[in-house]
Amino acid sequence: MTAITKRQRRAEVDRAVCVACGCCLKVCPLSAIEVYRGVYARVDQRRCVGCGMCAGECPAGVISVWEVQA
Amino acid sequence: MKKTWNEYLWIASLTYMILGFFNILFAWLGLLCFFFPLGIAIVKGTKGYCNHYCGRSQLFSLLGNRLGLSRKKDTPRWMKSKAFRYGFLVFFFAMFFLMLWNTWLVFAGAQNLKQVVTLLWTFKLPWHWAYRGTLFHPGVAQFAFGFYSVMLTSTVLGLITMALFRPRSWCVYCPMGTMTQLICKAKCPQKPRRHVP
Repeated sequence: MTAITKRQRRAEVDRAVCVACGCCLKVCPLSAIEVYRGVYARVDQRRCVGCGMCAGECPAGVISVWEVQA
Repeated sequence: MKKTWNEYLWIASLTYMILGFFNILFAWLGLLCFFFPLGIAIVKGTKGYCNHYCGRSQLFSLLGNRLGLSRKKDTPRWMKSKAFRYGFLVFFFAMFFLMLWNTWLVFAGAQNLKQVVTLLWTFKLPWHWAYRGTLFHPGVAQFAFGFYSVMLTSTVLGLITMALFRPRSWCVYCPMGTMTQLICKAKCPQKPRRHVP
């Protein structure tokens, strides 16, 4: 029997170039994003399912979706 | 999900732009879009205004996403660079103070009221129908013309970048957004580190 490796996707924000506009939190279907102290957006990795809605909306293009090992 | 009242603030932004066509003195209301974001940033240390109450960004989002008026292409790298964002903030401020200076000249009686709206800091549009004289000093109207010029210019720029790039591309170089983020950064104890995947 082959072992099944579960691959999951997660969104990640490049904090240093985030403009903290909050576009991402409006589109996140799981409310997994918050803007930390008006400086950058951060993703709650436990809630994120990597749908990529935020990455598509981000005007600064600082959000990317990565594959992670579950 | 039920919408909350603040999700309809785009109506206020749209109404503001329309009111300026009828009576320029309504332009004074635009100061709210300056004081609220700054107040929230200074007092609470957040970009709560951008995140929840900015009617203009809602309008861009509505036009770009819902009505499909945006190409939804990546914003060019130079536009989201710190140099451009801070540079635009400085330029915007310089133009803003020039506008305040012109207002002062009218208040001081050194210059007559100019009933024009200046688009993109260059093009003078006739706008005399929106002002018929009031009990106030002409300087009050001069500020209104100047401030409406600022608001119209930024709306037009925002609409252009909305159409060309992502709906809310304006947010990347919005001077208020840059300024409030700078205030928040100054108030934030922890500095963000660059993410290396």
